Amino acid sequence: MNAVELDRVSLRIGGRTVLSDVSFAVRTGEFIGVLGPNGAGKTTLMRAILGLLAPASGTVRVFGRAPERGDPAIGYLPQLRTVQPDLRVRGFDFIASSLHGHRWGLPSHSADDRDAIEATLDAVSARDLAARPLSDMSGGERQRLLLAQALIGSPKLLLLDEPLISLDARHQEVAIDVVRKVCRERGITVLFSAHELNQLLGTLDRVLYLGNKQAVLGTVDEVVTAPVLSRLYGTEIDVVRAGGHIFVMSRGCDVERLDHGHEHDHGHGHEHHH
Amino acid sequence: MNMTTDMAMNIITDLFAYEFMTNAFIAAGIVAVMSGLTGYFLVMRGQTFAGHALSHIGFAGATGAGLIGLAPLWGLVGFTVAAGVVMGLLSDRLSNRDIAIGVVLSLALGFGLLFLHYYTAFATQATALLFGNVLAVDRAMIATLAALGLLTLLGLGAIMRPLIFASLQPELAEAKGVPLRFVSTAFLAIVALAVAACAQIVGVLLVFTLMVGPPAAAQRIVTGLWSGLALSAALALTEAWLGIIIAFHTDWPVSFCIALLSALGYFVALSWPVPAQHAHSH
Repeated sequence: MNAVELDRVSLRIGGRTVLSDVSFAVRTGEFIGVLGPNGAGKTTLMRAILGLLAPASGTVRVFGRAPERGDPAIGYLPQLRTVQPDLRVRGFDFIASSLHGHRWGLPSHSADDRDAIEATLDAVSARDLAARPLSDMSGGERQRLLLAQALIGSPKLLLLDEPLISLDARHQEVAIDVVRKVCRERGITVLFSAHELNQLLGTLDRVLYLGNKQAVLGTVDEVVTAPVLSRLYGTEIDVVRAGGHIFVMSRGCDVERLDHGHEHDHGHGHEHHH
Repeated sequence: MNMTTDMAMNIITDLFAYEFMTNAFIAAGIVAVMSGLTGYFLVMRGQTFAGHALSHIGFAGATGAGLIGLAPLWGLVGFTVAAGVVMGLLSDRLSNRDIAIGVVLSLALGFGLLFLHYYTAFATQATALLFGNVLAVDRAMIATLAALGLLTLLGLGAIMRPLIFASLQPELAEAKGVPLRFVSTAFLAIVALAVAACAQIVGVLLVFTLMVGPPAAAQRIVTGLWSGLALSAALALTEAWLGIIIAFHTDWPVSFCIALLSALGYFVALSWPVPAQHAHSH
């Protein structure tokens, strides 16, 4: 069975078409790297899979069913945007807040919940984060906490939206390793969106490249080519392979790095509001 | 009996020799607890400025109510709740929230002034509205405050679990089926009730002293949810009661004493030794 299947799907936000007539199928257990320029629709696609955004046309299927909001089969790690930097909430309470968080009434957790939280923290080697407040955690630790949370309840599909943003290179490697290890062990299907292809090269099974309202799913060799990417970026793209790395260049500039700088600016501007 | 306990006894019997003092303690107690608890979530959500704005909007409501012959408290409650609901419903669209809220709160104070201008008999009460007058609380007001307090607690209890989830991780909460807009609107309506009650004690200009100072201090000192809530309520209660006692013995305004203690509590908490745990992970 396919984990995620899109059939001639168009996604629209506020009158703007983000994806148009997109079809692809992700097989169960695959590790998919989701790439593409900013605004290409990586987050929007994930929201559609989560059932938060109904397609303007076409059908989305998740394990053969229509997407359903709150589906326990999906673990989700949203982009780290709204976590307040000075939030003095313990890691344990942070994860506990998401367990049955949609129910009304007072928060409480059973012994089973407690065990589940500890087990998921162990799975990403982050037991020590349970007792520490978020404000004292490094970016890498927070990201690990969020990953632990996404894994709780044994999801079959993991949607990770830019989990590497705000991590330095070393922490990025560690984060990828943890995801790979846990998901391979448990046979979890992963959609992992990122800016940089190279770090994921050793991990991903296939690439889902978004751009220009289109999406192309295939192996790296099929997708990361000058003709395909030129179509997705809507401009002349060169693909340069050197020393096991792949560089996607536009007029001599590395497009991934260009994107990255832009994203950082955006992140800082956002923080000032809090 | 030794001399110190004797003096302490005197201080306490002095305090409760007057009915207005007993009333003040009861009213301040009710309001402090509801402010400390509601404010905890206000601080957690980073919406303290919205709480401040609600109180200013309440000022226009209270003076407006006076103008048309209604009790100021009901004008206060009506306006703050209506404003809280509107803020909650618009929350997605107010991207530049601080500025929009600031503009609206200035406008509300302006309207409050206009209503006062046309209802001069009410002007003597303006100071009480702005800075509170806990010593003028009567039994009927205590009953009203108790009802508002109960309503606030019931409301908070009903939405607490999704409220915490939505405050800490809005994107995930939305994905898991929490109705974000409903939760934030219901919460701001609850805050509005607490603000209206709080304004009776410390005035619309000083609601921060009970609604933000104690919870912010509590969140610096403890990291647990229930311990944080308990400490927040306890701090608010201590500051309110101690403020009244100090005011009684110094003849300073009660609201000043509470504001002073609140600021003191916050700054002491800021310098509270945080256990050094900056171990960098791998």
